[in-house]
Amino acid sequence: MPVNPATPGVAAAPSAGSSPVAHHTITLTVNGTQRRMEVAPWTTLLDLLREQMELTGTKKGCDHGQCGACTVLVNGQRINSCLALAVSKDGAEVVTVEGLAMDGTLHPVQAAFIEQDAFQCGYCTPGQICSAVGLLKEGHARNADEIRELMSGNICRCGAYPNIVAAIEQAMQQAGGSAR
Amino acid sequence: MIRFSYSRPGAVGEAVQAVQADAGAKFIAGGTNLVDLMKYDVERPRRLVDVGALPGLDRIEEADGGLRIGALVTNSALAYDARIEQRYPLLARAILSGASPQLRNAATTGGNLLQRTRCYYFYDTGTPCNKREPGTGCPAINGVNRIHAILGTSEHCIATHPSDMCVALAALEATVEVTGPQGERSIAFADFHRLPGEHPEIDTTLAPDEIITAVRLPPQGFATHHTYLKLRDRQSYAFALVSVAAVLEMEGDTIREARLALGGVAHKPWRDPAAEALLRGGPATRERFAEAAALILQAARGYGDNSFKIELARRAIVRALSQAAAGTPQPVADKRIA
Repeated sequence: MPVNPATPGVAAAPSAGSSPVAHHTITLTVNGTQRRMEVAPWTTLLDLLREQMELTGTKKGCDHGQCGACTVLVNGQRINSCLALAVSKDGAEVVTVEGLAMDGTLHPVQAAFIEQDAFQCGYCTPGQICSAVGLLKEGHARNADEIRELMSGNICRCGAYPNIVAAIEQAMQQAGGSAR
Repeated sequence: MIRFSYSRPGAVGEAVQAVQADAGAKFIAGGTNLVDLMKYDVERPRRLVDVGALPGLDRIEEADGGLRIGALVTNSALAYDARIEQRYPLLARAILSGASPQLRNAATTGGNLLQRTRCYYFYDTGTPCNKREPGTGCPAINGVNRIHAILGTSEHCIATHPSDMCVALAALEATVEVTGPQGERSIAFADFHRLPGEHPEIDTTLAPDEIITAVRLPPQGFATHHTYLKLRDRQSYAFALVSVAAVLEMEGDTIREARLALGGVAHKPWRDPAAEALLRGGPATRERFAEAAALILQAARGYGDNSFKIELARRAIVRALSQAAAGTPQPVADKRIA
C-alpha cells in the first residue's frame, strides 16, 4: 500500500519541471468552531483534520475508502474523509468524534459503545461511532440486519461486530426507534 | 499523491472550457474513485476542475413522464428518493447493493457512470496494463482473473465495469445528457459504455472535454416485476462477481416485455437483444428462462479463475427472472437468495 505522507501546512515543492501550484484558503466549521485555513489542493480532509488541526481522533486506516476508520460527518452526512479533498469542502460543517459530546456528556452512541463493550483495540471506534451517528440520522435501518448492512463501510479488525450492532440498537431505541 | 492545481468553475460552460484548454485536466465531483486512483498513481491529472458544486445539477425532476436525475445527485439521495423507490425500485436496490453508505453519500450519479474497473493489474502500476498504458499488454488474460469478464472481451483487455447502478440504468434504458464544447447531446445508455476492442484505455463514448449533466429515466419503471440479484464473495460492500437486473411486464402468465442486464461479466453492462426477444410473448417458466440464459452465455469464454462465472451467470439469470416474474425482488439487507 503506498504511503501517503501528510504534507498539509507545508508548501510542498512542486515536482521538477512543473509550475508552482497555488494553495487555497478555505473556511470550515469544525466541531462548531469556524476556521480559516490554507490548504494544498492534494490535502485530504483527513490529513487536514489530523495534521493541521490536531484532531487525531479521526483515524487513517487504509486511506482508500475501504475501512471507514476516517468517517466524519460533513454537512450532517457521514463520508470517508480520506477520499475528500479538503479544498472541495470549503464552507462545509464538519463534525468529528471530538465534537460529539455536549458539555461533558457523551453522545448517546458513545455511551452505548461503552455500555455494550463495542470495541477492543479502539482504532476503528471513532469511525464506527461517527458512522453510527450518521446511520441514526439517516433513519433507514429498522433492525439488526439493516444495521449490519448500513454499517458495512466500517471494518473492525478485532471483530467486535456483535457488540457494535448491540450498541447501535441501544442508541436507536433511546432515540425512539428509526425515523421510518 | 501527485501535485496538481485546482479550480472550481461556477458554470458548466466554464468547466468544459477549463478542461478543453488543458489536456492534463480532469473533472472531479464526489472524488471517491478519482482520488483513490490518484493515490495509487493510476490517474495523474495536472489539474482538477471541481464540478461538485455546479448549481442546478443536484435535482431530480419530472421530465416527459419520466425523471431527469441531475449528474450531481448523490447515490444516497437517488436511492432514497421517494419517486425512485416507488417508480424505479430496481434502480434504488441496485444502488444500495453497491459501495458503502459513506461512499454513496459522496459519490455522484455522473461519477458512477465514469468509475474505472477494479482489475488488480489496472491498479498496480508495477505491472503492464493496456487500459492504463496502451500497448503494454494484459497480464490478467493468463494471470489472476477471478473477477474478470466472460463476455465481450478482447485480446487486449478482460476488465469489467464495476458499477451496480449502471446495470439497472441499462435495463431501464436510461439516456445520458452531456455538454461539450460543441453543445449538448444525448447518448442512449447502451451506447455510453464501450467494449475494450483495440482500445481498452477508452471506457466510454464521452469525450474528455464533455461533462455529464443528467441521466434521464423513461416513464416505464417496471415497479411490479423487477429484481437486482447480486452475487459476490462477501455479502456486503463488495463488487459483483455476477449481477443481474431483470425487469418484466406481465400479462397473466405471459411476458409482454423483458429486459435483462448483467453486471460483473463484461466491460459494460451486458444486454442481449436476442434473449430478450425470446422471452417476449412467451411463458414465464424456468425452461424459457434457461433458454434465454443459454442464449446469453453462448459466446461466453472463461479465462481460468473466472470460468465459474459462466455457470454462475446462467443460474443467476434463471433465478433473477423467476424473482421478477413472481414479483419477489431480492431484498438488499437480507442476504438469503430468495
